[in-house]
Amino acid sequence: MNWSDEGVILSVRAHGETAAVAEVLTRAHGRHLGLVHGGRSRKSRPVLQIGNHVDVTWKARLADHLGHMNVELIRGYAASAMEEPAALAGLTSLCTLARLLPERDPHPNLYEVTLFVLAYFDDVSVWPALLARWELALLDELGFGLDLTQCAATGGNDDLIYVSPKTGRAVSASAGEPYRDKLLALPQFLLPGRKAALAPGDVESSFVLTGHFLQTRVVHPRGDEMPESRSRMLSFLKRIDA
Amino acid sequence: MSKKIAGPEIERLVQLLSRLPGLGPRSARKAALALLKRREELLVPLADALAVAVSSIVECPVCGSLDTVSPCTICRDDRRDKSVIVVVEEMGDLWALERAAVINASYHVLGGHLSPLDGIGPERLNIAKLVERTATGDVKEVILALNATVEGQSTAHYLTEQLAPAGVAVSRLAQGVPIGGELDYLDEGTLAAAIKARKRI
Repeated sequence: MNWSDEGVILSVRAHGETAAVAEVLTRAHGRHLGLVHGGRSRKSRPVLQIGNHVDVTWKARLADHLGHMNVELIRGYAASAMEEPAALAGLTSLCTLARLLPERDPHPNLYEVTLFVLAYFDDVSVWPALLARWELALLDELGFGLDLTQCAATGGNDDLIYVSPKTGRAVSASAGEPYRDKLLALPQFLLPGRKAALAPGDVESSFVLTGHFLQTRVVHPRGDEMPESRSRMLSFLKRIDA
Repeated sequence: MSKKIAGPEIERLVQLLSRLPGLGPRSARKAALALLKRREELLVPLADALAVAVSSIVECPVCGSLDTVSPCTICRDDRRDKSVIVVVEEMGDLWALERAAVINASYHVLGGHLSPLDGIGPERLNIAKLVERTATGDVKEVILALNATVEGQSTAHYLTEQLAPAGVAVSRLAQGVPIGGELDYLDEGTLAAAIKARKRI
């Protein structure tokens, strides 16, 4: 068995003295693990940093074996995020959350979005909104996508400003008014097909929205906690906004 | 089934030696043979040295490094600049800086870096003691000599936050082209860091 693909490094664990087990989100083979010989060497360590875009070649005798991976750098996104605490926490959060995807199950759409977000981690005016959209896409890929196309109560698609925390469906301003304290805010830039500009507080609301569904639908049912890096990223972002 | 070629004591010696970094089962067997051959010159002194080390090595209550005296030799040294603390992840990093003899400061050993994947949070690192040391007012600068990895730099950002209330200057090591390094062979992350941290000459 062998294949070549491109991917994003999600995690790296030391294996013995010189090798490492890398976990890579690949375009056509999904989240895939493999043993990298010499993965802890001086040459390989800069490549095997989470968030880096790499070329991967995987080989194994049988398909269900861990297999060996050869990894070559395409773009070093980790280095560009290292300067900024918020970006580094955001990158770590993205890589940790991507590990929620099932193993060896391709998600090409999410992969493309992931590469897009990674390319902007050096621009704080852009990446937080992109990362919120990425979390929305992740929910979709995990089977818990939100329905933001029409109001759950009236069926209309105007003035959608809330999301029901129970159903994950959008709610219009008029239908949601009596329950506004119980509903989650829906930032307009998350609406599909609309190019709404970012309003103050939109990024925060969008992370509250995606965080609620990630936590209640995916992370808690697995007995896990939300990544600590995500809460660190949110507190850094709050400070930047202030 | 493989036959045993030595008694359990020797087998155990080989097994323990093979756990050391740089030694596999084959090289551990070679090392054990060398020890057995040179019992008086090597085995006995090594056993004595190990026994002494076990009984006398302690963690320094000030900086967290390991030594046979408490506080450690570096913390006791009055010629060192105590107003500057160099924070390192491991003892090996401290030894590397001392070998280079590039700074005459005191140290603080964290004992690792933040790694949520391995369940290593701030409470498992020697961070509280560092915050305590900087709060006394005697420290002017903290140099974060942590690895240029995602985990190392995440730890650096976390420490910067924790040290902010103390009002000490926090700096970190420069990143860029190593001495003797050729640009052609550097990864793009290092090159980007080098361009960002360029100096006017």
